[in-house]
Amino acid sequence: MNFPLASLQTTSAANPWSYLVFLVIGFAFGYVLEISGFGNSKKLAAQFYFTDLTVLKVMFGAIITAMVLLFTMIGLGVLDYSQVYVNTTYLWPMIVGGLIMGVGFIVGGFCPGTSLVGMVTGKVDALFFVLGVLAGIFAFGETEIYFDYWWQNSGYLGRFTLMDWLNLPNGIVVTLVVLMALFMFFGAELLEKYVGKRDLAKEPKLRFAGAAALIAVALSVIFIDSPSTEQKYTQLAPVKDTALAKREVQIVPAELFHTMYDNKLQLVILDIRSEADYNLFHLRGARNVQPKEVKSIVPELLANAAPNKVVVLMSNDEATATAAWKTLVAEAIPNVYILEGGVNNWLAFFGKEDRTITPIKATVSESLQYKFTSALGDRYLASAPSLIEYETLKYEPKIKLQFKRDKSGGGCG
Amino acid sequence: MTTLTHTKPAKKIWATWLHRPTKDYVHPYTGGLLLGLVLFAAFFFTGNGLGASGGLNRYIVFIEDLIAPQHVDRTPYLLKMAGGSKDPLDDWVVFAVAGAMIGGFTSGWLNGRLKIETNKGPNISVRQRWFLAFLGGAIMGYGARMARGCTSGLALSGGAVLSVGAWAFMFSVFGGAYMLAYFVRKEWL
Repeated sequence: MNFPLASLQTTSAANPWSYLVFLVIGFAFGYVLEISGFGNSKKLAAQFYFTDLTVLKVMFGAIITAMVLLFTMIGLGVLDYSQVYVNTTYLWPMIVGGLIMGVGFIVGGFCPGTSLVGMVTGKVDALFFVLGVLAGIFAFGETEIYFDYWWQNSGYLGRFTLMDWLNLPNGIVVTLVVLMALFMFFGAELLEKYVGKRDLAKEPKLRFAGAAALIAVALSVIFIDSPSTEQKYTQLAPVKDTALAKREVQIVPAELFHTMYDNKLQLVILDIRSEADYNLFHLRGARNVQPKEVKSIVPELLANAAPNKVVVLMSNDEATATAAWKTLVAEAIPNVYILEGGVNNWLAFFGKEDRTITPIKATVSESLQYKFTSALGDRYLASAPSLIEYETLKYEPKIKLQFKRDKSGGGCG
Repeated sequence: MTTLTHTKPAKKIWATWLHRPTKDYVHPYTGGLLLGLVLFAAFFFTGNGLGASGGLNRYIVFIEDLIAPQHVDRTPYLLKMAGGSKDPLDDWVVFAVAGAMIGGFTSGWLNGRLKIETNKGPNISVRQRWFLAFLGGAIMGYGARMARGCTSGLALSGGAVLSVGAWAFMFSVFGGAYMLAYFVRKEWL
């Protein structure tokens, strides 16, 4: 998976060509908008009076064209979907903002992109629109603080795709979206015929072939298997295996302990062991996930992603937790760590004083090296060690929040 | 050979250069296909889609940072983009927007559509259209930042990669516009 190119994630002085690349992309964007007629506000507004539905055709035409090509490349393993920017979903600000923008669209006759094209081709109304946009953006910057909590938290779903929401695979969603768009085009043509008095016989017949081609490519995405987790990990293996070998992602019990009390981080503790072991002893707040079920919690982790969320995996030793770590990392969960030495190591440190926990010799790897008088689960002192008693502990902290791709300044946001 | 003696040579060259014959727009489906190819290429090579309001946002923050840098440093929304010595213009969307303006101009020029004019319906004056354009732009600018994107950066780009928020946004934009269309019809019809 070589695409997208890491050097083009954004502009950077380290990569001077990046500036040119984005200029060229923008050039093509502006050019295509203009040749489609989007420099003209009357043509844009006509969409909302059903006489000329160019806006719908261009917008949805572009979306489905790009979408089928992207997901074909993703399915073939050429394009890494996890490195493609998917706008973070802040549901309510996006709906409310969208409604407001709809009002602005029909009153002003443009959207920001088209207004720029209109302005540079001499349309004076576009110039006033652009000035208005700048004023509106300024006003937002000055008033955002009054509803900051809502704007930052309301309906926050993280990187949330239609596949996650509908729980359907890529190919099915892509096909459904293509069919929906084609249905809308069909409706648009009828409206243009009856309201806009357009002669449909003059429309190019080629469009039916185009529609068929889109459906065909969309269906093919269903049959190209999305890369499996193992395949995805293989792509990442050079970097990730090195990190494992250098012990960069294994944290000592002391660090996990301090993280449990760190208010700045959201901690998810996953205990990848048998239910029996979990019932005997586990950390307070740890959730039991069977080794076989690690993959199934990925959608939940992705949907609940937050920039300050840290996932720590543990098993009795490290092997099972490491395997689970590879799965989560392959599925692009950020900030995943392994408890060094596992539960056995945790108990060696925090369970020293507890008489009901006795060490035993274990002959098989990944088995609990302690015997418990009863299955107290998380009611042991060692499940939630006292902060006072263990306030000062020395260790080399390894948890570093990863800010890749879900960056707050990403996309148009 | 000396029929056009009264036209100054320089003015004639300027007129020919600027006022090329006007061509038709491309068919909407063609436009959609081409735009889709540009969008695909953007995502494929850079992982980013297209954008517009984000670029305009950064231009304005840049100006604000020149005039009142302490204010920028104290406002969290602006801090993210231009706090301290951060350069708000060093971001891909700024260059994409600059490119879009050059591209739009070039297309307008090559296709003979460079013309100083105001597009409006027949029932309002030019001044009224200018006012409504400014007002609509202001509303749009505010809404775009609230939604963290506009039709280019969120609806188009987010839509193609199947972001739920982008699709919800897209339907909201169309919904909002259609709901108000009847009440502002005098501006266009």
